[in-house]
Amino acid sequence: MMKRRTFTTLAAIAVAAAVALPAAAQETLKVGAVAPKTGPLAGGATVTYWPNVQLWVHDVNARGGLDVGGTKYMLEVVEYDDQTNPGQTIQAVQRLVNQDGAQIVLPPYSTGLNLAAAPIYNRFGLPMVTSTATTDKAGELSQQFPNVFFTLGGAQGIVGGVVEAFTALRDRGDIGNKLAMVNVADAFGIELMGQAKPAFEAAGFELVYESSYPLGSQDLSPVMKAAKAAAPDAFIAWSYPPDTFALTEQAIVEDLQVGAFFTAVATAFPGYVGRFGAQAEGVLGIGGVYADGAAFQEYAARHEQVTGAKPDFWASAMVYSSFQVLEQSIEAVGSFDNAAIIQHIKDNAFETVIGTLDFDENNNNTSFWTVGQWQGGVFKGVASTGREGAVEVLPKAGWN
Amino acid sequence: MDVIVTGLLLGGAYALIAMGLNLQYGMARIMNLANGEMLVAGGFAAFWFWTAAQVSPLLTVFLVAPVAFVVNWLLYVLFLRPLVARAKSRGQLEVDAILTTFGLSFVAVGIMLAVFGGDYFSYSYLSFPVALLGDTYGANRIAAFLAAVVICGALWLWLTRSRAGMSIRAIAVAPESARLVGIDVRRLAALAFALGGAVTASGGALISTFLTLDASTGVLFTLKALVIVIMGGVGDVRGTIVAALLLGLLETFVASVIDPGLTLAAAYLLFVVILLVRPQGLFGRRTT
Repeated sequence: MMKRRTFTTLAAIAVAAAVALPAAAQETLKVGAVAPKTGPLAGGATVTYWPNVQLWVHDVNARGGLDVGGTKYMLEVVEYDDQTNPGQTIQAVQRLVNQDGAQIVLPPYSTGLNLAAAPIYNRFGLPMVTSTATTDKAGELSQQFPNVFFTLGGAQGIVGGVVEAFTALRDRGDIGNKLAMVNVADAFGIELMGQAKPAFEAAGFELVYESSYPLGSQDLSPVMKAAKAAAPDAFIAWSYPPDTFALTEQAIVEDLQVGAFFTAVATAFPGYVGRFGAQAEGVLGIGGVYADGAAFQEYAARHEQVTGAKPDFWASAMVYSSFQVLEQSIEAVGSFDNAAIIQHIKDNAFETVIGTLDFDENNNNTSFWTVGQWQGGVFKGVASTGREGAVEVLPKAGWN
Repeated sequence: MDVIVTGLLLGGAYALIAMGLNLQYGMARIMNLANGEMLVAGGFAAFWFWTAAQVSPLLTVFLVAPVAFVVNWLLYVLFLRPLVARAKSRGQLEVDAILTTFGLSFVAVGIMLAVFGGDYFSYSYLSFPVALLGDTYGANRIAAFLAAVVICGALWLWLTRSRAGMSIRAIAVAPESARLVGIDVRRLAALAFALGGAVTASGGALISTFLTLDASTGVLFTLKALVIVIMGGVGDVRGTIVAALLLGLLETFVASVIDPGLTLAAAYLLFVVILLVRPQGLFGRRTT
């Protein structure tokens, strides 16, 4: 008993000291962040989400803090791991607002967790500029939750971009029109497959192989063997990180000879080229950025310098940009009046690392990157819905 | 033919995943739910040595195995032996062990997050094709299969031919009677548990050459290992090997001939059928 009391006292002193020191020095503002640190999406959040929280807070504090109506606030992050569990995300948001007194709550990570948490952000009236949610339902959602904004686009735009890139390759004679397409059997893969099939058929492609595989499959060689046996000219996988890596490796092992090879999530991760090196050259993937643009290059350099990790070439810059939208809106409004901040986001355009961000009547950013390609060790955007800086798509020239 | 070879290669990987748990559950009687975390830790070690110094994962195994052996020995002595000592029945020990190792798995995930971060650990090793019987297969899968053959073969020989192995099998069958014939149950159970941990971590190092791991993927492997061990029969090395190969062949057959989407369903169907027909597992002994 004695021991426990001593420990509690010590802990209390330590907490008090930790809280008191910065508070005495300057006004601080609590910023809440909730995203996976464990669970199935932890790997993605570690690349795309968490380093940007760190970088943004670092950047704001480095220039003297957030200026709200003339008072400078130093930002202090309160982080929660939602374990990739929507229930935990919602609880963490409640806790951030009620217990921790966070004035700013950043959006969570991934489509599913954002959609699950939208009602609670709405109930608290928090502005929620999502950066990692892909959905075609921005219209309905913004009707229901007018505080929620979408930046990363939806399946329609992405499928449109992929069809555009593949059609360009076919029309140049780089590939024929025989297509093998597979998807991971979960909401993301099924939705994109469902949209991509009619879109490619309408564009004159012939689907010679299609299949789905369960999430967490440990061996995708049967899938790749069957795809190869169908002798396609191009290959598309609506895949998640572990299978993106596994399918690429199997394509190398099977020596799948196609003029276009597309895998979805994680193709834009620095770890992808880290693993496959020169073999990644010419691989197409979901996302992309204006990789040669000064804004992205400056951002990427800072990201690496501050967090020690490279950003990915898709959502990373969007995550940071969405924080910038929030930052600029709070400073422009000059108070923590969330209703006014939300109105400000609706009414204005924002200069961010991804370029200009503005929202249509559905709170939706309609200009986003859809397809990128590894070219010379950099994942460059090759198709977008109105972003500048796209480079020409190249055919994939073998694996070795 | 190519279905059979692919299936066998996958089965070999499954044997690596499940063999350690069989030793821990079957011999040391600890249902170790932190087994998958040990596997991921082994994979991390392989990733680390490969990316930092280009040390082949096949060599890293020789470092991973003894380290994992010592770590698991300590885990057993510190956390699990007190449970064994106070358990009045096998059932009680099982419940206590499940709760303790479930907790340990969270601790292990936390430690790995702190040390390695939450990023995917993915690297290319031996990812070139090898032609075999007129078809091509990943060299890393073949290497892992061969390693599985060596590890499982050595374990089987040791358990059936050596005195220590025989004693371990004795404590698996009847810990109370084993003590009566002069077997040091405490020491041998710790040995079996530590050995199981070493095998699991080595398996992790080997399969990390073709699977993408991150700090929280361990639980997937624990589940797979559990299914295989129970299918094969708790405490029987042959059972685990046969069940692993069966599962690998079935999944590959379903993926190639029927539909890749049905592999999981087929795997669990097999599990259910085996449990219905032989509740004690393929090679398990009927409990009295």
